[in-house]
Amino acid sequence: MNDTPTYLPESGDWSCAACGEKLAPASVAVTYLQGGFTITLMTCQKCGLSLVPEHLAVGKMFEVEQLLEDK
Amino acid sequence: MDQQGLRDIEYRCIQEEQPACQAACPLHVDVRKFMGQVRSGDFSGARKTLDRTLPLPTVLGRVCDHPCQAHCVRAPIDAALVMGSLERAVLSATGPAAKPLSMPGKGKRAAVMGGDVSALTTAWDLGKKGYAVDVYFPGDAPGGHLRELSPDTLPPAALAAEIEIMGRMNVTFRPGQTLDAALLDRLRADYDGVYVEAVSAPALGLSKADADALTLALADREGVYCGGFAAPGEPLSVISLAGDGRRAAVSLDRHLAGVSVTASREREGACPTRLFTNTTGVIPLPAVVPADAAAGFSPDEAKAEAARCLDCQCLECVKACTYLARYKGYPRVYARQIYNNLSIVQGARSYNQMINSCTLCGQCEELCPSGFSMPDLILSARRDMVSRGKMPLWAHEFVLEDMAFSLSDAFRLMRAAPGETTCSQLFFPGCQLGGDPAASVPAVYAHLRAGLPGGVGLGLACCGAPAFWAGRQDLAEAAMAAFHADWEALGKPRVIAACSSCQATFARMAPDIPVVSLWRVLLDEAGLPTSSEALPDGPVAIHDACTGRHDAAGLAAVREILAKLGIAVEELPASGKLASCCGFGGLQANAHPELAAATIARRVAESPRDFVATCSMCRDRLAGAGKRTFHLLDLLFPSKAADPARPDPGFSYRHEARVRLKRAVLETVWNDPLPPETPPAVRLVIPEAVRAVLETRHVLDSDLARVIAYAEATGRKFTDATTGRHLAGLAGARVTYWALYEMLDGVAHIHAGYSHRMNVTGVDRQEG
Ligand code: SF4
Ligand code: SF4
Ligand code: SF4
Ligand SMILES: [Zn+2]
Repeated sequence: MNDTPTYLPESGDWSCAACGEKLAPASVAVTYLQGGFTITLMTCQKCGLSLVPEHLAVGKMFEVEQLLEDK
Repeated sequence: MDQQGLRDIEYRCIQEEQPACQAACPLHVDVRKFMGQVRSGDFSGARKTLDRTLPLPTVLGRVCDHPCQAHCVRAPIDAALVMGSLERAVLSATGPAAKPLSMPGKGKRAAVMGGDVSALTTAWDLGKKGYAVDVYFPGDAPGGHLRELSPDTLPPAALAAEIEIMGRMNVTFRPGQTLDAALLDRLRADYDGVYVEAVSAPALGLSKADADALTLALADREGVYCGGFAAPGEPLSVISLAGDGRRAAVSLDRHLAGVSVTASREREGACPTRLFTNTTGVIPLPAVVPADAAAGFSPDEAKAEAARCLDCQCLECVKACTYLARYKGYPRVYARQIYNNLSIVQGARSYNQMINSCTLCGQCEELCPSGFSMPDLILSARRDMVSRGKMPLWAHEFVLEDMAFSLSDAFRLMRAAPGETTCSQLFFPGCQLGGDPAASVPAVYAHLRAGLPGGVGLGLACCGAPAFWAGRQDLAEAAMAAFHADWEALGKPRVIAACSSCQATFARMAPDIPVVSLWRVLLDEAGLPTSSEALPDGPVAIHDACTGRHDAAGLAAVREILAKLGIAVEELPASGKLASCCGFGGLQANAHPELAAATIARRVAESPRDFVATCSMCRDRLAGAGKRTFHLLDLLFPSKAADPARPDPGFSYRHEARVRLKRAVLETVWNDPLPPETPPAVRLVIPEAVRAVLETRHVLDSDLARVIAYAEATGRKFTDATTGRHLAGLAGARVTYWALYEMLDGVAHIHAGYSHRMNVTGVDRQEG
């Protein structure tokens, strides 16, 4: 497990369309170039499909991508 | 780039050369800084500037014969800045002499023969450096010819105060001496080094020829330096005496420290400067005359006079270029910073964005009085990064993918005219014009075929310029090699380029391919089309493409065409050879969108007129910045779609337009039977506001359609119970795209789209 915050979607009551399951926080591996982390994303408990919210993709992830590319 | 290469590059930028005044001063007083301080009323700062360089500042500042003035850049315009009077004003306003910081004692001793200005300067400088100095002089008080000056020019108390200070700086005065050969022999024996002031020691019969010009060393007398020669019939120049004294002090210091006396001394004494100062537009202003001539400048008068100083700098390139101004320096500084960035082995390369933000437009090189080329520097840095695998993907990847699209079968087409296998002309509109949904490529092609002999073919492709800009020589060469092969197969036609970037790229990468601008051909050979459409009546301003700055014939053709159309032109300040870039060049818009917006905003602000652009990318960027802009073809081949206010179509529409253009010409020109258009995987509806965000995020319609088609086919998506919207993500080869959408009657209504490069487990990945 990891103790990072859960990156929740900004709004909405989301479920996995294929499984009909509610989502729950789960640890997800994120890798890029030489970097690797674990973050917590809302994920379907049945099939494991994870939701990357918009603010995470264009915010933190984008920053870290650029940082890793500039290393 | 190695250290020597860097120094060669740095040398080309002359911004750090001294201004004319400072270079002409034998002691190199920072006159420019002094003027700035006086102008702002900072007299104590100005005084510090004098103290930093002048020996006995309260004396020299009053009696200097200011050779700087004759060299002042203002002299030929109106009148030189009167540095001499300003120095006096600052000294009067700032009180008595202060003891300079001197270094700890060095244990070595020097002797000075003479008591005039050069002798006092040598003693001052060496005392300050921590040497014990004994000054041997005739008479009872030092000062030489300074003592003959009127008290109005030099109050005796000022000299006395400086002499007193020297006494506290390891300097001992030995009055009543006879300065002859016997004394010199004795001093040579007793001290570690000796300075002889010729004008004070006539008995020695020394002349200028006896001393080495660079070091003032006397031949055959190790450790003895001689300066301060009186030129027969000329008045003594205080400042050149001081200059000799300083030169001797440098030699003695090095001699006493046991290091090379001759190394790198070119910059000592009055010297030439390479600094360029642009004086166009300087309004002549007479020198300020003090109300009370005897009292000299009042502080306010001094401020007014100093305000005439031009603060001589070059910065010609920086003044014109938004990019160069952004990083707060100038090319010389940038060269060093880039070099340092490239040398980083571990850690963040904070200069990557800087290196990737130059438009490579070359305006700087045109403006620079010494021909400094940022493009050369930047391109070699980018290539270096690419070759070491250090080029970040964020810098260019999106544009390189766009280029790959234009080189793919979706757009690429190389054909002779229908029914022919070779041609003598090949119309090459380029990928950007080919991507303009309003472009009249088919009409232009038809016009050229009707007006030119020998068969006119059509080439749809990208010339490879984006790869060149990105430092990807491999991709640029591959694109050109493919073109070259087709060009040979077509019988080596002359290429008629509608885009100056293509034209420049052909000239650079394949000099054997003859290339001419479309404008020249329309004007000289095919003739201008006749059109009944109403043309704009007001004058227009021409935004020349930066990549065409050296195509004088093409630039002239554009103007001749507008004249023939009866459209008046008001030239922009930066046009023709000096054209400014729209911010697309060099991939600035990709690496630094915000800076590119500033670049184009500055261009737009140059004139309230409608613009005419000759490059489709320039037109779209100008329109995107709110400027009504015609493409020159809009005026020659008008259509409803060719509205000068039409917005930038954006990346997705450009892709679509390229595909459609190829289909259109295949169908209408070659009558090729084409398979029916494949319907898009999913039909999308994208509101304008959402589209604008997608553009800045470089998310294409086709990316979203792929994600949605996958999600709808597999059910792999999330659904929001409150809104009924779906969210789906799909990882491709390098990028994961996400779509937030609603399905209404089989059409996906897009609410948002975004992407990331990071690989996230738990997100589906596209097969293959
Ligand atoms: S204008 Fe100012 S900086 Fe330029 S030469 Fe004259 S005094 Fe020096
Ligand atoms: S953007 Fe143009 S003018 Fe500015 S540094 Fe680059 S090449 Fe020179
Ligand atoms: S124009 Fe620019 S590069 Fe050239 S000398 Fe001046 S500051 Fe340096
Ligand atoms: Zn599921």
